[in-house]
This record gives sequence, structure tokens and C-alpha cells, in this order.
Amino acid sequence: MAQTGHLTRAPAAAGEPWLGPVTRLRIIILVAIIGTWELVAASGWLLRDVVPSILTIGRALAELLGHPDLKVTLAGHVLWMPAFYWHLYVTISEVATALVIGGTTGLAVGLLLGANPFLAKAFERFLYYLGPTPKIVFFPVMIMWFGVGPESKIAMGTLSCFFPIVLSAAAGMRQIEGVLIRVGRSFRLNTWQMVTKIYLPAMREPIVNGVRLGMGVAMIGTLLAETKLSNKGVGFMIIDAYNTFDMPRMYAVLLTLFVIAIGANTLVGRASRR
Amino acid sequence: MSAGATIRREGVPVVFGVACLLALIALIEVLIRIGMINPFIVPKPTDIVMSFERIIMEENILPRFFLTCGEALMASLMLSVAGISIGVLLHKSRIVRLATETWVAAVASAPLVLMYPLFLVIFGRSAWTIIMIAFVSALPPVILKTLEGLSGTRPVLINVGRSFKLTPSQLYWKILFPSALPTIFVGVRLGMIFALINIVGVEFLINFGGLGQLVNELAERYDLPGTYAAICFVILVSVLFFISTERIERWLRPGT
Repeated sequence: MAQTGHLTRAPAAAGEPWLGPVTRLRIIILVAIIGTWELVAASGWLLRDVVPSILTIGRALAELLGHPDLKVTLAGHVLWMPAFYWHLYVTISEVATALVIGGTTGLAVGLLLGANPFLAKAFERFLYYLGPTPKIVFFPVMIMWFGVGPESKIAMGTLSCFFPIVLSAAAGMRQIEGVLIRVGRSFRLNTWQMVTKIYLPAMREPIVNGVRLGMGVAMIGTLLAETKLSNKGVGFMIIDAYNTFDMPRMYAVLLTLFVIAIGANTLVGRASRR
Repeated sequence: MSAGATIRREGVPVVFGVACLLALIALIEVLIRIGMINPFIVPKPTDIVMSFERIIMEENILPRFFLTCGEALMASLMLSVAGISIGVLLHKSRIVRLATETWVAAVASAPLVLMYPLFLVIFGRSAWTIIMIAFVSALPPVILKTLEGLSGTRPVLINVGRSFKLTPSQLYWKILFPSALPTIFVGVRLGMIFALINIVGVEFLINFGGLGQLVNELAERYDLPGTYAAICFVILVSVLFFISTERIERWLRPGT
């Protein structure tokens, strides 16, 4: 039977070594999707602006990424740049700060729960059950606690990414082989050395996986908060395009955002397999 | 070790955890009463508990709860039908699977819920926007888990089916599908959890529908104890949903 358990590179068809059947099928699927899209756009079956032509989206994308519409003063020099990069910078710095705060606390709490079965039994179930709840409903509380600025978005991101990281770290710590811990003890490592030399290296895969999941939810938490109440960031750009009914621009922002999110996820995923 | 001792050993940490939680709540209450925490930012836990009755009686929490449940049910049904069917189709055609599985996995990692303004334009400010965004953003895990389940069928089971000369459709319905069902349910459960999170989230964001809208409305009215109580209610509902689907999953996969 053909092995279907994992993906293998399909053998290239004879005579066409440079373009395998899988690549050909991918091209066909892409062409079909683009063709259908264009057909719907040209037919007027749906509102014209809901499905704009690919060319219009392309133009909006080029304008988004290349049209300098924001004036910035840098070290006395006046520069013009596309505003998108400024909004992207705001969002990335919010997500990164959230990931640092949520990741560090998540890792510390995870290590503590992983190392101490009593604490794990006492508290882990709370974290486990709170993990898959909709965090965005905490946004009004975060606004009251941290204000309407970037701090409340960082808090949303932190709250979102804390749970997957703490649970992965605790589970990762418990699956470390006992022999590694005994080796550390026989070398009389102190707690800090045990954490940095034994626990963390042995837990790299679950931790990176937790960070990957955490990054995804931190991004969603931050961006959704930006769409609700904000005047900067990529989330704000999306809701601003909605409010001004600039659909091509909304598609352009969403496409760029998805490419960045998928790229970041792939990069962190590679780090765990290296 | 006697059974009583085992229960005590297992029970002590649980009681300790709950006691710590209650102590934390009591500490917050005391800190608010002595003025260390601003009551206009964090209301007293006793006020939150008292306002539960008010939000249940005055804010139509039950119809809202059923509305959110209805949306979640609709999205879950659509997810199960579409996700499992696409998974089965991809499993049947190996080349289509090779061409598209990485795409599905990539889409699964994109923050699809951010498309909600787009869905607002297409479906208007209605329950369908909420259902559709939940459906779209939770679809990839169902497809991927269905594929994983079908591919993970043990070859010996398939060989047994072949030796009984089952037709391809019998092989599918009698061997592959039942063997993949537990893994498929893991995907459906994951999808349902994603769907519920996104439904409540989008209800909150677009201020329409059930429980999510309740949190938004109370926050906009600056009804602090009510907002906190509504958030507690939403958390309670999601935790109960999570626990009940977990039970079904355990029942489907005994021994894991």
C-alpha cells in the first residue's frame, strides 16, 4: 500500500524533471482560484467592492507597501515612508513585548509546576481550563487597568500567550528523561545550573512549540484588540479600511498580515526541528 | 496504600489550590475595602457575586446563552461536515493531498479571525457573519486531523479488510473511518473550541448577538461589577464546554 502517513516528495514525471505533477497541480489550482475570482469580480454577481479584481488588489498592495504617505523626522532629517511600516512596527513591538512578558512568566511558572507535582496538582487544572477561553472579553478590563494605549494591547497579547507557554513548559519538564536529571545531580549542579544546563536544553522542542502557539495567539489577541479600540497598528488599519469601505486596501493589509504570520510561524517551527 | 490514603494524597493539592484561589479573592476584597485597590477599576468580589442575579434577571442572559450556543452549534455542524468531507477527499486523492496539505497547514497558522470586517461587509451585521468567521477560522484543524486519522489507520486492519475482499467503499466505512474516528473527533473538538472562542470574540467586537455582546454592552455602560460578572459567566460557559467535549473525547479514546 502506498505510504500515506507522511508527506514525501512526489517523483517527477519522466521527461519533465523540472516540473513534477504536484507542482503542476498546484499551478492548476492557483490558476483556477485566480480565474474564478476574476470571473466573479467581472460578473458582478457579488457587490463589486466585495470581490475586487486581482489587479485592483495588486495596485492596493503596491500602494500599501510602496507609496510614501507618512512623514517622519529622523535625526533632523525629514523622510517619507509608507504608513504601513509604521503600523506594522507598532504591532510587531506590541506582540514582541507581549511574548517577552508572557513567555518569561509562562516559562517560569511552567518550570515551577513541572518541577513540583504538588503545585502542579493544585494549580495546573486552573490554567488548563482557562487556556481555551475567549481572552478578548477581558479587553474592557485591560483598558481600565492599562489605558487605551498600546499597553492594553500588550496586556491582551500577554494574557493570550501565557497559557500555551506555561502548559507546554510544564508538560515538557515532566517528559525530561530521569537519567539527564540524575547526571546533573551527580555533577552537583545548583538550581540555576540545572535549569540552564539540563532542563532548558532538554525541553527545547516543547518550549519552542509553546512559543510558536503563544506567538499565534498573542498576535490574534493584540490585533483583535487593535481593531476594537486603537489609532495605530495593523489591526487599526484593517478596521479603518472597513470604516472607509476601502476593500482593496483591506485585502492588501490582510494578505500581507497572513504572509507575515505564516512566515513567522514557519521560522519558529523550523527552530524546533533544527 | 489504602484507598483513603490515596484519596487524601490526591485531594490535598486540589483543596490547597481552591483554598489559594479563595484566599486571593478575599485578599482582593480586603485591599479594595481598605483603599489599596481603586474600586472604580476593580470592583469588590462580593459586588461581582451580587450582580450575577442582576445580569441573569435583567440582561436576558439565558436567551443570549442560547443564541451563542446556537451559533456555536451551527458553526460546529458546518465544520464537521465540510472539514471531514475535505479531509476524506484529500485522503482519497494522494496527489491533491501532496499539493495542498502544506497550504492547509499554513492557512491554519494565519490569524483568519482578523477577516471579520470582510465578513461584516459580505454578510452584514448578522449572526451569519459570526457563524461564518467561526467556521472559516476553525476549518483547517478539522481537515488536518481527519487526514491524520485516516492516514494513521494500522495497515493490519486494512489487510484484514482486504482479505475479506471488502469493496473500497466497505473498506472505508467498516475499517478506515471507524479507526480514524477518535482522531477525527480530536480535530472536531479543536475546531469547536476555536469556533466558540471566535464566536464570543466576534460578538464582543461587532457588538452583536449573545454573551460577547453582553460583556461589551456592560463595559460601555461602565457597569463594572456587571462586566466582571459577565466575563466570569463567559469563562464558566467555555470551561464547561471544554470539560464536556473532553469527556466525550476520553469516551471515544479509552486508555489515552
